[in-house]
Amino acid sequence: MNGIEMNQASPLLQMQQVSIASKKMPSRLLVNRVSFSIDPGKTTCVVGESGSGKSLTALSVMGLLSKQLQLTSGKIVFNDGQSGAQDLTKLDEASLRKIRGAKIAMIFQEPMTSLNPVLTVGYQIGESLTTHLGIKGDKLKVKIASLLEMVGIPPSRANSYPDELSGGQRQRVMIAMSIACEPCLLIADEPTTALDVTVQAQILKLLDELKTRMNMGMLFITHDFGVVADIADYVVVMFRGEIVESGTKQQILNHPQHPYTKALLACVPDAEGKKPLKPIDYAWLPENQRTQQVANEISEATV
Amino acid sequence: MTDAILVANHLVKTYTQRSGKFGFGTTLVKALDDVSISLTTGKTLAVVGESGSGKSTLARCLLQLQPLDSGEVLFSGQDLAKLDSATLRSVRKNLQMVFQDPFASLNPRMRVGEIVGEGLLIHGLGSSAEQQQKVIAMLKRVGLTEADMQKYPHEFSGGQRQRVGIARALVLRPKVVVCDEPVSALDVSIQAQILLLLKELQAEMALSYLFISHDLRVVRHIADDIVVMHHGKVVEHGSVEEIYQRPQHEYTRNLLAAIPGKKAVNA
Repeated sequence: MNGIEMNQASPLLQMQQVSIASKKMPSRLLVNRVSFSIDPGKTTCVVGESGSGKSLTALSVMGLLSKQLQLTSGKIVFNDGQSGAQDLTKLDEASLRKIRGAKIAMIFQEPMTSLNPVLTVGYQIGESLTTHLGIKGDKLKVKIASLLEMVGIPPSRANSYPDELSGGQRQRVMIAMSIACEPCLLIADEPTTALDVTVQAQILKLLDELKTRMNMGMLFITHDFGVVADIADYVVVMFRGEIVESGTKQQILNHPQHPYTKALLACVPDAEGKKPLKPIDYAWLPENQRTQQVANEISEATV
Repeated sequence: MTDAILVANHLVKTYTQRSGKFGFGTTLVKALDDVSISLTTGKTLAVVGESGSGKSTLARCLLQLQPLDSGEVLFSGQDLAKLDSATLRSVRKNLQMVFQDPFASLNPRMRVGEIVGEGLLIHGLGSSAEQQQKVIAMLKRVGLTEADMQKYPHEFSGGQRQRVGIARALVLRPKVVVCDEPVSALDVSIQAQILLLLKELQAEMALSYLFISHDLRVVRHIADDIVVMHHGKVVEHGSVEEIYQRPQHEYTRNLLAAIPGKKAVNA
């Protein structure tokens, strides 16, 4: 491979036994003792259905959990190689703000709702550059243009408002925003779920290239094993707030051990049409727990 | 063709877009550029293409939710654009739509019973007791319960909400259902359930589907015929086997190559 082994001694991010619960019901863990790590230049995919806690896991890294939720235990150790290992859960808001956008960036699921409709996309991309790196004026314009170019949008579109761009272009703008300060960790929360397949393929390719070029670690959240197959190095499968299985992509895709992983893999439709359509199978769960899944989904939808 | 239930001939629809400095200029965007399709009774015609290819505009224009610039839409031989609004409304009973986003397409202030029953109310079909019965039967058919009638949309998961959307469309016993990306907002694990439900209902109620999707994995499992759209034009059409086995157009090949998970298959 390409010298990445050297870095593996100190992972970029280590989630250690992280648990998240709502403040009202601290006993019911929404994320239950989750541990995994992300290496520089590698992609860790967190896979699970809605309600499995995968988005909460991502938000907790950024310290963006909603006020009704709290981290009940665990450490999130971030090591960018410059300022040493820091536990993100212990940092105050001001230091977190310095890290967010600069060292850890996030791409959200819905490009429609995560861009500000009354600001041009150029302004929104430039915002973090001005805040974190103090780039202004003509230099900023040049930088914005080059970022747009990098994600495949004509630089002239910098003066467009989000509503004038297509879904795929908006997501590209989101990516341009997130990589503006060259973060060492990129968190992508279902970045392609709202996009169609061709654009998805482009975005995945783009993320993969950027990851390699900037030696960026990536935490990629998805529910689609097709996407996992395209982008992941490591895979973490979550179910009802717990990690049921984790390993390299080859292990998980070719030799899944846990019945839930197998069930999830089985319901991905294939393009050849050979495999019959199969709804997700909870037969492996004890009878009394099967219906709980729906309850969990609803609780997430109403948070 | 005599067995075509819905035929569209030479549809044209253009949008104006702001452009130039300060958006003072305008450019015309051809969302539909001479599009002709034909949906066979009891079959599923999939319209595939990327966003911006005009497939959702096509759906909206077919149902006369948007005016066309030119072209005609024939439903059972009737030109929909020529009908007055009252007649059009009664014809719409037979043309229903399942929307993409089950979170946005259900009124959060209405109970599920009201949402599903609204069409019956508008078209004045049956007494209120009969309407109630129909709603209950439909909800049960799509896998929900009678008790769900009293609930609000937020109390349901995404897959269940899409079931509500399907129940709303089918309670009127339509002939044609336009499904605008009905599963793309759902988890992969839930998609299969909804697709199977749609297939079952098609067989039961002799429905013809116009199935709009960008996901060729999904289309493979539900469609009989496929129309590929690109930049407002139909670039290729044919049966599922033809398109998947022998894609003629460059763009269709790109679409097929973009299906995620290819690497795993090859690995």
